[in-house]
Amino acid sequence: MSRNTWFELLRTGVAIAAALTIGFVVTSLVSESPVEAFGYFLKGPFTSIRRFGSFLEAAVPLTFTGLAVSLVFSAGQFNMGAEGQFFIGAVAATAAGVFLDLPPVIHTIVCLAAGMIAGAIGGFIPGVLKARWNASELVASLMLNYVFLKLGMYLITYHLRDPSAGALVSLPLKESSWLPQFTRTTKLHAGIFVMFLVVFLCYYFLYRTSRGYEARMTGQNLSFARYSGIPVLKVILLIQVLGGAVAGLGGAVEMLGIYRRFQWQASPGYGFDGVIIAILARNNPLLVPLAAVFLAYLRVGADVMAMYADVSAEMVSIIQAVIILLVTAEAFLAGYRHRLTLKEVKQRASAS
Amino acid sequence: MGAQTQARATDPILLMKGITKVYPNGLVANSNVTFEVRKGEIHALVGENGAGKTTLMKVLFGLEKPDEGSIFIRGEEVKISSPNDAIRYGVGMVHQHFMLAPSLTVAENIVLGAEPRRGIWFDRRRAEQMCRELGEKYGLQVDPAARISDVPVGIRQRVEILKALMRGSDILVLDEPTAVLTPQETEELFEALKSLKEMGHTIIFISHKLREVKELSDRVTVLRSGRVIGTRNTDQVTVEETSRMMVGRDVVLRPMRPKAPAGPGEVKLLVNKLNLVRDGTHVLKDVSLQVRAGEILGVAGVEGNGQVELVEVITGLSPCDSGEVWVCRQDATGKSPGEIRDMGLSHIPQDRMIFGVASNASISENLISNRYNKAPVSNGFSLNLKAISRLSQELIGKFDIKTSSAQQAVGTLSGGNIQKVVIAREFSTGPQVIIANQPTRGIDIGATESVHKYLVEATESGTAVLLICADLNEVMSLSNRLIVMYEGQVVAYFDEVEGLTEEEIGLYMLGLKRQEPDQVTASMMGRPVE
Repeated sequence: MSRNTWFELLRTGVAIAAALTIGFVVTSLVSESPVEAFGYFLKGPFTSIRRFGSFLEAAVPLTFTGLAVSLVFSAGQFNMGAEGQFFIGAVAATAAGVFLDLPPVIHTIVCLAAGMIAGAIGGFIPGVLKARWNASELVASLMLNYVFLKLGMYLITYHLRDPSAGALVSLPLKESSWLPQFTRTTKLHAGIFVMFLVVFLCYYFLYRTSRGYEARMTGQNLSFARYSGIPVLKVILLIQVLGGAVAGLGGAVEMLGIYRRFQWQASPGYGFDGVIIAILARNNPLLVPLAAVFLAYLRVGADVMAMYADVSAEMVSIIQAVIILLVTAEAFLAGYRHRLTLKEVKQRASAS
Repeated sequence: MGAQTQARATDPILLMKGITKVYPNGLVANSNVTFEVRKGEIHALVGENGAGKTTLMKVLFGLEKPDEGSIFIRGEEVKISSPNDAIRYGVGMVHQHFMLAPSLTVAENIVLGAEPRRGIWFDRRRAEQMCRELGEKYGLQVDPAARISDVPVGIRQRVEILKALMRGSDILVLDEPTAVLTPQETEELFEALKSLKEMGHTIIFISHKLREVKELSDRVTVLRSGRVIGTRNTDQVTVEETSRMMVGRDVVLRPMRPKAPAGPGEVKLLVNKLNLVRDGTHVLKDVSLQVRAGEILGVAGVEGNGQVELVEVITGLSPCDSGEVWVCRQDATGKSPGEIRDMGLSHIPQDRMIFGVASNASISENLISNRYNKAPVSNGFSLNLKAISRLSQELIGKFDIKTSSAQQAVGTLSGGNIQKVVIAREFSTGPQVIIANQPTRGIDIGATESVHKYLVEATESGTAVLLICADLNEVMSLSNRLIVMYEGQVVAYFDEVEGLTEEEIGLYMLGLKRQEPDQVTASMMGRPVE
């Protein structure tokens, strides 16, 4: 356990360092003053309270989708649907925020629940298709993203649109539904508490409950799970529903905390980032917020760099891609690990 | 082949010197192993499973890269980094699991990779002729036009051997070649190997069946925990001495069957007229059997005659087309594995790495897979980590699982210890019925002994055991009663195992002899099935 964990941390660290180096090389190719540009990229998120805040804010939705994907990955299932679940969760929360008239707190809770339910339905569909008809959940969840995107846009355009606004946005959410922001300078909001609660619940579910055990064993070895008497099809369905609920809740939190009226014209991409985060965090819910913060840091840094230097924010995609490739490449640093193992074995042999 | 003329009988044709191989998970498979084989001998490589025999041969065949050590063939140092290199140096390997293309014919498999051509076309006639000639030359007759999927295991093995000979191998490695054979097929294989030896071939024979080693080999090298314990002339050591070298202590090779219960016990497992058709083949045909409390019913038979399917249907892993299964007077037909387990059934699966464990999960997690939602491990919702840790410690101690911690991943344990994890889990729920499918396959003698002990203890305390086992010697010495399966049918039933010979059972296993189906059912069931 310890050697392995340590090695995985080391590998992630080396991957990040290698990716940043490559990022710097690319920067020097396109920039007049690469050192300065890269300096903006690395230091950018810390240069003002507003930027620091926006980098933490950005980590919130990433954590939710990262958790959603991690849950489903833990059961050995694919989840490419967090994107659509997050989106439809935001739409459902918007509808509840616009139409319902409830006292504060309660209104917020109802909106969050609406987002969760919408997301859960989004997870139920690929789950039930897989469990009943063995349809690939990867394809189903991926394709459903378009369904939810278009469905959401239809609802916003025809039922929730604010006719007095100049752009295609929804009516404002009632103030009673809002998640309060802490300060005026940043948009950091109370949703962060919801996030920590969900991080903890996901961890507790996976590692401390019988259901979570079922899910993890199904992910470890499906044949073993079936042989042991674990109802694997129910598990697959349940985990997809839970994953969907978490993603949907993330969409709702984002609406109530940051936007207060629906203004996305396209899917914001948090779902696919969730896949990256789940991979970085090795599906461990407790590591998800860290991975999310890291990704948010890269994103905000890239924005700052694009603003002040002659390098576009897209460069960060290169860094991301390299990190993912190296972290997921099983053989990366395998030779080093083998030498370590060999050394340890020899020490053990000479000690005994 | 210039070296051949000057070679003396004692010249080493192969020398593996100081081989060390450590697997990525830290398992030391070979530790400074030096292994020498003389030209024209049959050299047995023995050791418990996990002793490093297969790894050593994989190194020789270029399938594993050693961390240290060197290899000499015919006195020259060679570097073998792929099977192609090995073949070039005249090393041929017959794997434990045959590497044949089942949809191709015998001839096509033998010439694969070195096909005779006429122009750009594959010359089938020539290929078949080559195979026939090769088979005649070595006394390994095969039908070149038969499809691999249609021929029995013994013939497939011959094809593997011919394939190696076709490539000019004069050092042949056979990895546990008799594991899948009937006594008759084993006999034929030995004849063929002896005549290959007469013709000057060198044979390395991996086994842990010491009687066979004694019968066949000239010299024997014993490995234990990755080290060489010694090399002896086979005629100068007894089976007992060899087994002591393998295990490091005295062992009882013949397990004792459980004492027969005083009166007929209650029927705990009842299987009535099971039928299953899979891919157009009738894999289970009217299979009926019953197992009573306090007895072991052995199932003998060559692998692939319906045993796997029988176990799958009984345990709920696959549905059947017709028939019934009753576990402890409850209808288990078509129920889920979990529901059947709740009726009091435990299952030791044939393939422990696929079904028996989740190899990346910890020992604890593997130990609770059949009670993760029951007290005291769980309150129905949350897991009780303290209870899990207590249970793990208790089972690790009681079943003598050698590990540093219950948190260790199961996959890093040796085969025997992994099997102990499975046994510990399956035996500790107080099962009424145990389905043990090849419970000692691929584990060392020490672990085999303990598995036998647990099976006998459980039986004597009233459990009904259905024991499926390809090792005839083992199933005959453990069982109170015995059935033989052939082509999905129960072809023989013996109320009394004492006094039966392996040869006689072998005839039933090969389908050369069978009892009347009605008679089988009637004598096993005693009275008509209710």
